[in-house]
Amino acid sequence: MFEIFTRLADWLVYHLAGLSADTRMGQALHFFVEDTVKIFVLLVVMIYLIALLRASLNVERVRDFLAGKHRGAGYLMGAGFGAVTPFCSCSSIPVFLGFTSAGIPVGITMAFLLTSPLINEVAVLLLLSLLGWKFTAVYILVGMAVGIAGGFFLDAIKAERWLQSFAAKALERGKQSGPVSSASASTLSMAERHQFARDETLEIFGRVWKWVIIGVGLGAALHGFVPDGWIEANLGDGQWWTVPAAVALGIPLYSNATGVIPVMESLITNGLPIGTTLAFCMSTVAASFPEFILLKQVMQWRLLAILFAMLLFAFTLIGWIFNFLFPVL
Amino acid sequence: MKNIKVLGSGCTKCTKTAELIEKLATELGVEAMVQKETDVQVIMAYGVMRTPAVVIDEELVHSGSIPTQADVTGWLQP
Repeated sequence: MFEIFTRLADWLVYHLAGLSADTRMGQALHFFVEDTVKIFVLLVVMIYLIALLRASLNVERVRDFLAGKHRGAGYLMGAGFGAVTPFCSCSSIPVFLGFTSAGIPVGITMAFLLTSPLINEVAVLLLLSLLGWKFTAVYILVGMAVGIAGGFFLDAIKAERWLQSFAAKALERGKQSGPVSSASASTLSMAERHQFARDETLEIFGRVWKWVIIGVGLGAALHGFVPDGWIEANLGDGQWWTVPAAVALGIPLYSNATGVIPVMESLITNGLPIGTTLAFCMSTVAASFPEFILLKQVMQWRLLAILFAMLLFAFTLIGWIFNFLFPVL
Repeated sequence: MKNIKVLGSGCTKCTKTAELIEKLATELGVEAMVQKETDVQVIMAYGVMRTPAVVIDEELVHSGSIPTQADVTGWLQP
């Protein structure tokens, strides 16, 4: 089904531009053209279709749904909604406060906020088209697990102690007043759904297209210019220290899932072990300094430090587990 | 005189929203004072979770996106 993109790239790069398939430049350009065109086409089609389905889902409804839920189910649902609910990362602080003032425990709110950048329709789509359904399923499971386990841990250590005082007070008030339901469950007509899906497609595409180019460009550079076998020869055994090193390298780098997944593809095909790749990419996407600076408005330093350490630990552990498991499988 | 607040953490969408409202107010000849509100505690007090949001004379009229021209015109005209 995706062959058409290979042929298009063949025609553009080897025929029209006249580059040889035997040169590094030709290969890198071919990779770049094939992947960018494929991703752009898939993005437009899939974002539109998915937006049609979830037109009536928004953070207000998720909040009303999560408020007053039992904790055990709450973490799972928090992470699940984090994966499917669209919201701009610039809204994460208002969302945090909105959930908190509805009395939702910090752990469930964080399960939502941690999963959200890791899993979204664009990420899943890119993974499916570049790395196949098995890897995609693994990625989704791991992303959800980070959210659920992280949320559970934060509640277990009573993280609400280290909120800024106004947020802690809002949480107390919310717990006492019990669940509120403000958002009306409106039903949307097909025309309204189409309108929403069209706006959403333009919005998301407008936001991510440059990330795709950057990501695929980096992937192409890796593909064409890192000597074949170099990564495999030097890092291919999954030596234990490569995982924490990958996480340490990934955290200061900031990218979203869209930019990093084409790089993942390139790293894996070049022989980097799957655990090391996952650790690098998840730490790039989930932990970023700008995000942490924003969270300072609602959390004390102590909680931020705990959150940071927790993510470091989680991604390192994931990397080790997968490096250990996959050669066996 | 309308008192208009644009709630948001200072992202580009919020700036665009404020500019749009100011521009249309001038065009329509409506007296309006547009201010940007970035304080998270104030945003929380209005119950807003998706920014940019628009508050006109203390009433929340919009949340979650840059409003359309038609929306803004509707709010500004009596």
